Amino acid sequence: MESKLNLNFDLVEQARNHASKVADDTQRFIDRHTTVAVERTVCRLLGIDGVNSFDVPLPNVVVEHLTGKGALGQGAAFWIGNAMVETGKAPQAIAEAVADGSLDLAALPVHSDADIDKALDPVVQDSLKKIADHRNHREELLAKYGDKQGPWIYLIVATGNIYEDIVQATAAARQGADVIAVIRTTGQSLLDYVPYGATTEGFGGTYATQENFRLMREALDKVGEELGHYIRLCNYCSGLCMPEIAAMGAFEGLDVMLNDALYGILFRDINMQRTLVDQSFSRAINAYAGVVINTGEDNYLTTADAVEEAHTVLASQFLNEQFALRAGLPEEQMGLGHAFEIDPAVENGFLYELAQAEMAREIFPKAPLKYMPPTKFMTGNVFRGHVQDALFNIVTILTGQKIHLLGMMTEAIHTPFLSDRYLAIENAQYIFRTMQDLGSELVFKEGGIMQNRANDVLTKANELLAEIERVGIFETLEKGIFADIKRPRDGGKGLDGVFQKTPGYRNPFMEPMMKGGAR
Amino acid sequence: MSSGLYQIRDKDLDTTLDLTKLRPYGDTMNDGKIQLSFTLPVKDDDKGAAAAVQLAQKMGIADPNVALRQKLDETFTFYVVYGATTHSVNYNEIEVLTVADEAMSMEETNEYIKEHIGRKLVVVGASTGTDAHTVGIDAIMNRKGFAGHYGLERYEMVEAYNLGSQVPNDEFLHKAEELNADILLISQTVTQKDVHIKNMTEFIELAEAEGVRDKMVLCCGGARVTHALAKELGFDAGFGAGTYADDVITFAAKEIARRMGRE
Repeated sequence: MESKLNLNFDLVEQARNHASKVADDTQRFIDRHTTVAVERTVCRLLGIDGVNSFDVPLPNVVVEHLTGKGALGQGAAFWIGNAMVETGKAPQAIAEAVADGSLDLAALPVHSDADIDKALDPVVQDSLKKIADHRNHREELLAKYGDKQGPWIYLIVATGNIYEDIVQATAAARQGADVIAVIRTTGQSLLDYVPYGATTEGFGGTYATQENFRLMREALDKVGEELGHYIRLCNYCSGLCMPEIAAMGAFEGLDVMLNDALYGILFRDINMQRTLVDQSFSRAINAYAGVVINTGEDNYLTTADAVEEAHTVLASQFLNEQFALRAGLPEEQMGLGHAFEIDPAVENGFLYELAQAEMAREIFPKAPLKYMPPTKFMTGNVFRGHVQDALFNIVTILTGQKIHLLGMMTEAIHTPFLSDRYLAIENAQYIFRTMQDLGSELVFKEGGIMQNRANDVLTKANELLAEIERVGIFETLEKGIFADIKRPRDGGKGLDGVFQKTPGYRNPFMEPMMKGGAR
Repeated sequence: MSSGLYQIRDKDLDTTLDLTKLRPYGDTMNDGKIQLSFTLPVKDDDKGAAAAVQLAQKMGIADPNVALRQKLDETFTFYVVYGATTHSVNYNEIEVLTVADEAMSMEETNEYIKEHIGRKLVVVGASTGTDAHTVGIDAIMNRKGFAGHYGLERYEMVEAYNLGSQVPNDEFLHKAEELNADILLISQTVTQKDVHIKNMTEFIELAEAEGVRDKMVLCCGGARVTHALAKELGFDAGFGAGTYADDVITFAAKEIARRMGRE
């Protein structure tokens, strides 16, 4: 691709190398550790589901049982596999026996590695096949209907009630949505378990549960069939249950997941060791399931200045890319994030937005970039808001952004009315139609404002990444380099759920999932 | 006047401003003109448009004009309606009771604290008692904030401690003293059987017994909390639905300045 920005691709390569070394360094830490969330995920992938008489999910029951015995370092799969050899029961029955107190996993005689692996293998293959089937189903439907060319219109539903969400999502799909995201209830990211079953009560969003995933996927398949259009479903693979949500999404055919390596650390004060280990497995699952991940760099610009801190977005995109590659996630599934958040009062702000969006496009040519609408400078002036969203829509169509989160004129006021969503879609479709090929007609002025802007941002991002390589990711986060937020290495939530792996550790899903996509 | 528009003004309209009969201003004093937009869960046809007109009339809008009817879905239609309201209000008789002073922006608040207090304010918040919901306290305290209003963790001149949920009153108070809190925020989401009132009353009694009641600014919040209720229970202020971090910190910072005589 010809660079409109006359970018210095030597600098791009340098930046990528710095990020790669940071990721390698961090991966060594990740490989030595596991977490309660990773092990609960292994339980789920082994088919353990449901809750005990106190509504505690069985994966939590099993992992808490093992933690209590000081046995988690070997991994849940070791103990479940061992119990399978010993008792001849399936993982679900074993979990139920742990829940009713009739089985102590750590008290059973220990069988050989070979026997354990042999017992686990059919269950593992069965799970992998289930996920592969969903992936194949998606690909068949995409082949049948044809995939959407140009930007995917991404809309949010957030009623708190899955059944009401379905009404809204179905209406949004009929109006032209390509991706439906079900916003999670406030605070779910800090729950150290995943609620169970269909839910009808949430605050500002709906609980992510496997049953809710299933219900929404079913509804979107139905309306998709009516429209002859595959509607993608998005949820949030973040917080303390990152990999568990990935597993649930993989089982229910989700298509897109918010899944950032650093977001939870910065914005939810989740411990950095916990998140770094959790993101690795969650991304391996997403890689295998063919799920497009969305990263959260756009959030940096809601806390830090969008003009001054643009290079931190780019630096973080490079890091997210490298972390994702190490979990086996291909570039085509990396919805790296950025946002249209420059203050409308800034002169030539639109030129900077356009330059930065084009820069992301040129540096990550295969990535389905996720572009977020203005939020920080949206006000009660809904009429100006509609103009801001129009400018944002123009940047997307000119620079080939892929996952286009539709801006709502009532952003600063309330969750969108049905009519707000209609007007937003009409706005985007009008601009996408009338300017469809404008991007390919435009060249940017040699040495002009936009070329200079992009190269400045790239230069600063490269310098920042060199510094991060020097100090390491942990110290970088401690120093508040991203989003102006400082997080201590041993602070935040969830550190008590991080464990060193001990000899005999196994996670039978990690390797097959990291090998790339399910087929 | 642009072409195609007919005179829609009442010829007998009295165009003298009278604040005892205040009405909206479109392009002429007292014309009462307003615009409305709403969606009805019915299909797009003449009957739906007639429903939109009737609804506007019931809202006191004379001669409503449906400028747009737009099908959103098979059973949803969006209407834009213009008309003139027949209502008026007496502006002179209006008295406004507000909990706090007009909310300042984050930057203004930081400046205010620097100038009037001269040090960071320590804010300690929690969802107390048996309440497990952090939605309220997080909306006020988390960096990201809520509905476009940044949380207190983001304020340069605020040292914010969010202790989370289900914090017992005595523990909350001791932690607050340990942190030398200036401002305490208590969030109550669950209100079944008035459990929030019992819990907040217990907290005030405890604070009084420990002799710290007047050393800190005490605020409470929640969807069913009102300023009047908060005052009745002995708090300095209460914040209900539709109030955000900026409302809370504006009040608290000014209250501290007032107590220091530095307002």
